[in-house]
Amino acid sequence: MFDELFTLSVLIGIAHSGIRLATPYLYAALGEMFAQRSGVLNLGVDGMMLMGAFSAFYVVFNTESLWLGVVVALLVGALMGLLMAVISVTMQAEQGISGIGLYLVGLGLSDLLFKKMVGSVVGVSGFSVLRLPVLSTIPVIGEIFFEHSALIYLAYLLVPVSWLVLNKTTFGLKIRAVGHNPEAADSLGVRVNVIRYATLILGGAMAGVAGASLSIGLLNVFQQNMTNGMGFIAVALVYFGGWRPFGILGGALLFSTVNALQLWVQVKGIEIPSDLAVMMPYILTILALAFAVRQVQQPAALTKPYERGG
Amino acid sequence: MKRIALILVVMALLAACVAPGGAPAASEGDADSAAVGSSEASGEPFRVAIVMPSSTEDIAWSQTMYDALRTVQEEMGGESAMTIAVSENMFQVADAAAAIRDYAADGNDLVIAHGTQYGNSMFEVARDFPETSFAWGTATDTGAEEGFENVFAYEAKAQEGGYVNGVIAAMLSQAGIIGVVGPVEAGDAKLYIDGFVAGVKATNPDAEINISYTGSFGDTALAAEAANTHIKAGADVLTGSAQQVVGAIGVAADNGVLWLGTQADQTPLAPDFVVANQLYDWTGVVKDMIALHKEGTLGGKTYVLTLIDGLKLQLNDNPAITDEIRAAAESAIAGIEAGEIDPMPAAE
Repeated sequence: MFDELFTLSVLIGIAHSGIRLATPYLYAALGEMFAQRSGVLNLGVDGMMLMGAFSAFYVVFNTESLWLGVVVALLVGALMGLLMAVISVTMQAEQGISGIGLYLVGLGLSDLLFKKMVGSVVGVSGFSVLRLPVLSTIPVIGEIFFEHSALIYLAYLLVPVSWLVLNKTTFGLKIRAVGHNPEAADSLGVRVNVIRYATLILGGAMAGVAGASLSIGLLNVFQQNMTNGMGFIAVALVYFGGWRPFGILGGALLFSTVNALQLWVQVKGIEIPSDLAVMMPYILTILALAFAVRQVQQPAALTKPYERGG
Repeated sequence: MKRIALILVVMALLAACVAPGGAPAASEGDADSAAVGSSEASGEPFRVAIVMPSSTEDIAWSQTMYDALRTVQEEMGGESAMTIAVSENMFQVADAAAAIRDYAADGNDLVIAHGTQYGNSMFEVARDFPETSFAWGTATDTGAEEGFENVFAYEAKAQEGGYVNGVIAAMLSQAGIIGVVGPVEAGDAKLYIDGFVAGVKATNPDAEINISYTGSFGDTALAAEAANTHIKAGADVLTGSAQQVVGAIGVAADNGVLWLGTQADQTPLAPDFVVANQLYDWTGVVKDMIALHKEGTLGGKTYVLTLIDGLKLQLNDNPAITDEIRAAAESAIAGIEAGEIDPMPAAE
């Protein structure tokens, strides 16, 4: 009964869906990676995504300017990141708790603003598919990789960019130093808390764009709690990816592709209970996590606030 | 340490102010001066409180009941005659249970637990507040056998409009492939989908119906991807249920595929592509519960929405809905109303 699944058109469909579904996870998880590499666990990603999703939607709803929507979502996310930094870096609040608090603020505030400023669920016209010239005409490959919207290409472009920033720039070196041994970094003149502010703001901005990729990229609506916990999966993907951009890419693609696969399993009427099918991506991710031989190190200073001489 | 404690308190307060899971503070009518206890005395507004799993504008299950409450409120004469207190987004049953108890303790006359999952919690509260009316759905059990006299139950025969939508879908589909974007394989959604499948099969036995579930009511992104998958698998007509379909409807519209809605009017999301909706109208149910409460009957009645009363099949003025389809839909409605058509044959 599985041979129905393994036709070329279905496999192309699965790969195409997987790439699309992974987009919001990529933005959010890459941003979260920077924060964690500098030593701050930000559990507020989902709330930041929701605020980004709403602000992007609202801007497009009123101005129809898509890129303005992305920029505003980025700024709103950055602002939420700044708030997280004030609470967890300057005030040194417990990171897990303040992140959850920020999540709840984003969840509630985005719904409240939506009710007051929009009222009912309406659609906007979001980013449309951008077929890349030449590349999209390649058989199979073109169909899978080069028939997406701009925000999707951008998300994948950010993977190598993040790798470069993290591993090949002074900023990246400082991030890694601060997350690994803040005392040593401090003694060498790196301003630990400034770096943490920067990564949290960057992470927030990317979470905001992750939200925008949903509300004006993939779905073209805003709805209360539309992320449905994606931000938490993004946090898990950072661990899964071993705090490395390409690891995160692998994790996001695995999770999303299995999700796309299970949809096809159901659509093709293969006799698997639907409850089991929807669990597939989660089960497989846990299995991969449990069995993958790995020697990755968690940033040593993760979740530890830094105080001079402390 | 003091600083951390202070921050925690501030965060908690912030969260309580804006989080949907917070205290049931969102009262539509300012009713804090209302006396505790039953308010039969003239001049006191009738006080209704509702706990719902998603938001008042979810264009699905929660919105249908909220709209009915607002309609009744308006008919009764506004907030001076009836107040509505709402707790939205109660996806945590424990939060909902606390809200139900708070509402009862606060002296509401009718407390509505708008979800099957709230049943157990609601019955526990109902036992402690025998003077308060409670209602829950999708359900048929008023607890009469266990001695409850203050509980109403309500459900919609979603399969009836599902059947009619199925008839329409079978006639609309050129490809003979129809996709269903389901949430969780249970309750109201399952009734709707079972009826839908029966309607398709009765009209075109050769049609292929592909059904997928997302395992959630609110996974908008996965529902949209499910719609994409159905379309890639050849479907040219789609339907689906729960608040998650908003993304799926957008995908249908982008691909020029027609959509059949259920629960609330989903037409505004894609006016050219949403061709019909099954609508739930709880207005009659709410009015009857209030009237009974005022007469001193606090519960014990089960309400069922059917196409005869409460369910409405809205056929949009869309070029896709031809006279032939309109006639077939109307004859299916008549057949169900007359009991000649069983919208859910061969119950599994």
